[in-house]
Amino acid sequence: MLAVKNLHHAYTQEQVVTASVSFDVQAGEIVSIVGPSGCGKTTLLKALAGLLKPTGGTIRFQGKVVQGVPDGLAMVFQEYGRSLLPWATVNGNIELPLRYQPISPDECRRRVAESLQAVDLSGFGERYPWQLSGGMQQRVAIARALAYQPKLLLMDEPFASVDAQTRADLEDLVAAVRDQFGITIVLVTHDIDESVYLSDRVIVLSRPPSTVLAQIDIDLSRPRDQIKTKAMRQFVEKRTAIAQMIKRPITG
Amino acid sequence: MSTEGIEVHRLKSHVLSAIQSFVVRYGLGMALVILWEYAARQAGSIFFPPPSEILHRAAALWLSGPPGRLFLSDSVFQDVLPSLLRLLGGWVLAVAVGVPLGILIGRSRHLSDFVNPTLQFLRAIPGPALIPVFIILLGTESTMRVTLIAFGSVWPILLNTIEGTRTIDPLQLDTAQAFRLPRYARLWRIVLPAAMPKIFAGMRVSLSLAVILMVVSELVASTNGIGYRIQNAQIMFLLTDMWCGIVLLALLGYTLNWLFLKFEDRALGWHRGVRGRTATS
Repeated sequence: MLAVKNLHHAYTQEQVVTASVSFDVQAGEIVSIVGPSGCGKTTLLKALAGLLKPTGGTIRFQGKVVQGVPDGLAMVFQEYGRSLLPWATVNGNIELPLRYQPISPDECRRRVAESLQAVDLSGFGERYPWQLSGGMQQRVAIARALAYQPKLLLMDEPFASVDAQTRADLEDLVAAVRDQFGITIVLVTHDIDESVYLSDRVIVLSRPPSTVLAQIDIDLSRPRDQIKTKAMRQFVEKRTAIAQMIKRPITG
Repeated sequence: MSTEGIEVHRLKSHVLSAIQSFVVRYGLGMALVILWEYAARQAGSIFFPPPSEILHRAAALWLSGPPGRLFLSDSVFQDVLPSLLRLLGGWVLAVAVGVPLGILIGRSRHLSDFVNPTLQFLRAIPGPALIPVFIILLGTESTMRVTLIAFGSVWPILLNTIEGTRTIDPLQLDTAQAFRLPRYARLWRIVLPAAMPKIFAGMRVSLSLAVILMVVSELVASTNGIGYRIQNAQIMFLLTDMWCGIVLLALLGYTLNWLFLKFEDRALGWHRGVRGRTATS
């Protein structure tokens, strides 16, 4: 589905964020990217989305080299408040990307309703984003991405700006929509618990200039549960292992 | 008696608060008019007729027509209407030129660097100073006046549109790009609505500028219009008529601004909502 090879990015000659990053993502996987702050997680995600042209390396999405935003990709940003358009209603926000897709108005309406239902916001379509709570707004952003029916969903710290309870709900929502819509999800997070809880695989980046330190398979059974899964021995082990990797200054 | 008493009490307090808010809003204006009336009567100067006399004269000037024309007199059609048309014509022209040009400049860093100093220079020219030039180029008909109004009032619109389209949240543009919105859709669905609050602010400032320019343009080489009437009345020593024109202009400016605010409220309800939200939270 996604193949990243020797990705290198430098904003200036001295400021190398990503030295060489390589990994693959299989169809249907949920993959988290974690790493110390400043390790270029967001840069990496923007490059995957085709929003940023990396200074080296290649990204292939469904076999084709990514140059500009590819078809079949959607993105959820951390700052839902800025990413949703305040002048459009919830329906308007979700519809907007669909208007420029070759689909009928009926299909468009059906997708809006379906995606709103998936994030449990049916009946809020006529509201404006700023009339909703932060967690609800982020659900709208997720609904917008779902209605677009992407093959690959990229999420940039999607739950960093919501409260703990909402965050837990949204994490379970992500697992649920993956199962319902059969999409592949790559998300960037700074929260190690979240990465282990959500993912099939966690990719750990090093400090900048960053490389892939480890790829850790998370074979916890699904469906996962916020309380039970997080109390499991394997969960704690994986979490501890990743936390140590990120914390320890890596030399050489 | 208790529930009825509460009802009556509630009604009373409702009426009281309505009166209170009316007094707060319009009390000062009414007090000034009364003071003016009193002072003018005391002074008895022909230069300062009392407001009641002005009102009386204004009714005779503009509201003495036949009922079939809503009582509007010939003067409304000969002076007030042409003034209004010039004003609105010039302003609409300013919007029609300023907004697209502003978007074009605002969205291109190179172009804005290139034209900005020139724009700032042109903006510094006081509109009325160009009347002689425009008279030579365009004659003394309405075209000249509309052009002058448009030239003088385009700047707030143009500069605000440039500013508004330049300062768009990059995340909104990233979002549009991530969802592969075509170029025209990014302009129409993201850039324009995002810049709208600033564009509207510019349009409102330029509307009041347009009123000023309309009057100024009618003081020079004209044969009709409110500005012409005021000047003409002064020359002919019809001082009450002169005051009538001035009051009419004030009323006109006030009404236009009020109408525009109503329009803005409808068009930019979301903006008010967002601001109200951030102000209270």
